[in-house]
Parts: sequence; structure tokens; C-alpha cells
Amino acid sequence: MADVVPALVLERVSRRFGGLTAVNAVSLVVQPGERHALIGPNGAGKTTLFNLISGELRATDGRVRLFGEDVTSLPPHTRAARGIARTFQITRLFPQLSVLENVLLGCQALDGRKFTMYRRLLSHADLVEKAEALITRFGLAGLGGERAKNLSYGDQRKLEVALSMAGQPRLLLLDEPMAGLSSVESRSMQAILQKIDASIAVLLIEHDMDMAFAFAERVTVLAQGSVLVTGHKDEVGANRAVQEIYLGTTGEGSGA
Amino acid sequence: MAERSEALQGWRLPVLVVLGVLLLAGPPLLTSYWVGLLTQAVILAILAMSLDLLLGYTGLPSLGHAAIFGVAAYGVAVLSTRYQLGFWTCVAGGILAGTLLSALLGLIVSHVRDVYFLMITLALGMVLWGLSYRWIPMTGGDNGLSGIPSLEAHAGLPFSGPIAFYYVALFVFAVSGALMAVLVRSPFGLTLCGIRESEPRMRSLGYNTWLHCYLSYVLAGAFASVSGVVWAYYNSFVSPTYLDLTASSELFLMVTLGGPATLIGPVVGAGVIVLLKNVISAYTARWLLILGIVYIVAILAAPKGLWNLRRGRS
Repeated sequence: MADVVPALVLERVSRRFGGLTAVNAVSLVVQPGERHALIGPNGAGKTTLFNLISGELRATDGRVRLFGEDVTSLPPHTRAARGIARTFQITRLFPQLSVLENVLLGCQALDGRKFTMYRRLLSHADLVEKAEALITRFGLAGLGGERAKNLSYGDQRKLEVALSMAGQPRLLLLDEPMAGLSSVESRSMQAILQKIDASIAVLLIEHDMDMAFAFAERVTVLAQGSVLVTGHKDEVGANRAVQEIYLGTTGEGSGA
Repeated sequence: MAERSEALQGWRLPVLVVLGVLLLAGPPLLTSYWVGLLTQAVILAILAMSLDLLLGYTGLPSLGHAAIFGVAAYGVAVLSTRYQLGFWTCVAGGILAGTLLSALLGLIVSHVRDVYFLMITLALGMVLWGLSYRWIPMTGGDNGLSGIPSLEAHAGLPFSGPIAFYYVALFVFAVSGALMAVLVRSPFGLTLCGIRESEPRMRSLGYNTWLHCYLSYVLAGAFASVSGVVWAYYNSFVSPTYLDLTASSELFLMVTLGGPATLIGPVVGAGVIVLLKNVISAYTARWLLILGIVYIVAILAAPKGLWNLRRGRS
């Protein structure tokens, strides 16, 4: 692994909002193709960390490297062009547009043809085919013409992930893709996530510990903005401090 | 796609056919007063469609769009009356003046959204209006500039008269409308809708949304300039009122009343406003009061605009 360029490297990344330090000197490495879960209690700074990685927020301190390149000062759209994609915890779709149009926006995002003004979008057969393939793959077949806002919540979550996959990212950030889903929907989402190409590195925020440990081989626990522990899931699962946070055990030797 | 196939549902197609026949075949049968109204509606429809690119498609509410239109009209007036330049130079000069101005202002306004966009376009529009009002040596100030040659004579057309002018305006309208219709169905057009729907998501997908908003603003300015050039020839006169806030508000109303993000809606809106304005002005000077009432009724009865009436749930 030594000579492989990591998909993502965070070097003591911090973000302060006024007096509040939401993310405090977080360092993290994600290798290409790695499945990495990010867990931690509410307010631990998980989503803020995602925003720092994808560029929605700028780090107050520290460096963010994507595929070996320092992107700390780059805006979200140029980071996306370097192979990063994300989903949002609170669904962010294009509500008035059809499912097909939603996915097409993802498909053309990193294609120079997004600037084409003189040709009908639907005449770009390869883009449409690609979008339709994604729609089918994410279990939304037959819903292509439906407006995104008319979809069920479960289908909207699927579309949320489909949208992030449309640009063929090499690093995917999933912010609680399972949140609010029924157990049936949650299982179908898990099946979708399992099928994500093995070459794509995935960083997953998840509240359901079973799900997180089933999906990832490496786990990072965040608490109060700092990394509590990071490592292979077995080590992390056995860690006393982590158990305390999640099981509420009181006792001496708290690492938090 | 959902939006497209619904576009001509129900009553819309017959209405469109009737409108098309009226626009194409109506004028020879109408009195010159009505031909005049139809000409105004057709020219302002170009302007309303251009604002629709910004307001309806990109979601950028401009309250200074008439200023771009006015600057293009002044371009024609200045070039034709002060410098006695030829027809195509005046046309190109007018369009270029408006477009370059948009390219310049776009650098500023593309950084802000929503109500801030509204305020900054309003402010810049007022500045331009002030300029047209005060730069007397160039613009003639309050008196405006008159004596723009008639389009038919200036262009050396073999025909003339209100009906001939109408068909020239209709031609420009048809070409501009077709270009904009292609534009909104292109990948670029979908990008604009995406920005309207969720700009943060667009950024995280990899779109430089600033650039797309800028291009949208410049393109809207270019079509507004085309409208301004035809308007200058139609009136053979320009004045600061072309640029003022009332003009921008009426224009805004054309789009919202007609139905944003439809292109056809703003055309209908332009027709309704021109008609109401002229008919009501014949009875009362309180045109703006009536306009306000029309707006309130429209918002209550057809919040998504006339062209979206009875479109059902969605």
C-alpha cells in the first residue's frame, strides 16, 4: 500500500465557528477502494467534517488532500472535478425536475457538453442512456418522468445516492444514506451500497452501528470534534472508550 | 421529460394555435391602433422571454432588466441621430451596447442571489436610469432623443407602414423565441434549472454555478438588447422612462403573471399587460393602481401564472 496515493488525506483539519471548535485537528487517511465508516454521537462534527472534505466549508486550519493533491483552498465544484462526490443528510434534490433530469444533471456535471446551448439535451443519447442505466440500477425504473418531489421518501434517498454516483466519482461521501428509512427500504439501500464498485473509496456517516460495522472495514469514531479512535473495525469495536460513548458505561479511564 | 410533455396539455394547444393564427394573419384585418398594440406586445414579448431566462429558469429575480433594454434602445438612438450611421451599424451597436453592459454588470450581480439579486439589479437599474436622465449632452435628458429614422427606410426595405413593421417585429420575435426555446431545452438550459432548484447541490456535483449564472445574465441581456433595438425603431424615440423602475416592474409582472419558466407564459403576459395598459389608460391615469390590483388578483387566482393555470397537482 505504501506507494499507492491515498484517495483522501486529512492533516490536522480544524474548523472553528466563532468560539466553537466543531472539528478539531482531525487527521484521517482513506485508501482507494476503502470502505470507511465515520461514527460518533450527535454534534460530534461528522457532517462538518464532510463539508470540509467536499469544500462546502473551508478549513480554518490543516490540509485536505485528494488523490495526492492539496485541495484545501479549492471550491466544491473543482473538488468534484477531481473525483469526489457526496450525498446530503437532508435530501438535496432538484424537486421540480423529473427523476431523469435530476440524474442527467449529475451525468453532465463533469462533461464539457454542459455548456452546449444549441442542441437539445435529449439528443445526447449517450448521456440519456447513462442516466437511464443509473435510474434502473438504483431501483427507480419507471419513475424517470416523475418529478423528484413526488417520489416517496425512500425513493428520494435512492435518487440522492444515484445523483452522487452519476459523475463516476473515485471518492464517495455518504451522509447517513439510511436515515429515516423503513427497515425494508433500509435493506434495499444497503444492497445498493454493497454493489458500489470496489474501486471507489467510500466514507460513510452512519448512526446504526451494526450497519456501519457491516459495511466498513475501517472505522473512525469522532467525539466533540476530535478523532477518538481510528482503525480496523475489530479494534474499534473492542475499544473501551467507544463502548462508553455508545453504551453509556460510566467508569474510570474515559478517553473522551 | 415531465416538464416538456406537460407543456401543451389541455387548453394550451388550442390557445396557442389561436394566438399563432392571430399573430400571423390578424394584422391586415385590424385597424392601425390594434396593429400598434400587437407590435408592442410582440417586441415586449422578446424582452419578457429574456427575463424569463433569468427569473423563471435560473431563479434570478432581476428588477433592473428594463435598463439593459433601454441602453440598447439609446444605442440605436445615439448612433442613428447623432452620428447618422447606417442601419446594420445601429442595430449591431445597440445590441452590443446592451450585451457588453450585461457582461460588465454580470460580474457584479452574479455573486448574489434571491432578494440581494433583486436589490442590486434594482440599484444598478436606477443608476442607469439616472445616467440617461442626467447625461444630457448624450441622451437629451428628460426630452429623450427623437428622430430615429423609420426602420423600413433605414434598412432600405422595399415596403413600409405599420403592418410591414409589425411583420419585421414578428420575425425578430419568432427567431429570438426559437433560439431561447432551444436554449432552455439544451444541457445548458437544464443546468440553469438545476441552479434554480438547488444551487449547493449543483456545486457539489461539479458545476461552477457562478459562471452559469453569469452566462445566463449576459444571454438574457443580449435578448433584452434585441428587443430594445426594435423598440427604438418602433417609437423612433427614446426616453429615460424605458429604463425606469416602472418599466422593470411591468416586465417582472409580465413574466410572473404569464407563468415563469415556460417562455410562452411571458409572451401571454406581455400581451395582457400591453392590452390592459392601453385600454385602461384610455379611461384613467391611475394605470399603476389597476396594475397592482391585477397583480394581486393574479397571485391569488393563478399563483404560478396564467400559462400554468389548471396544470393540476405537481
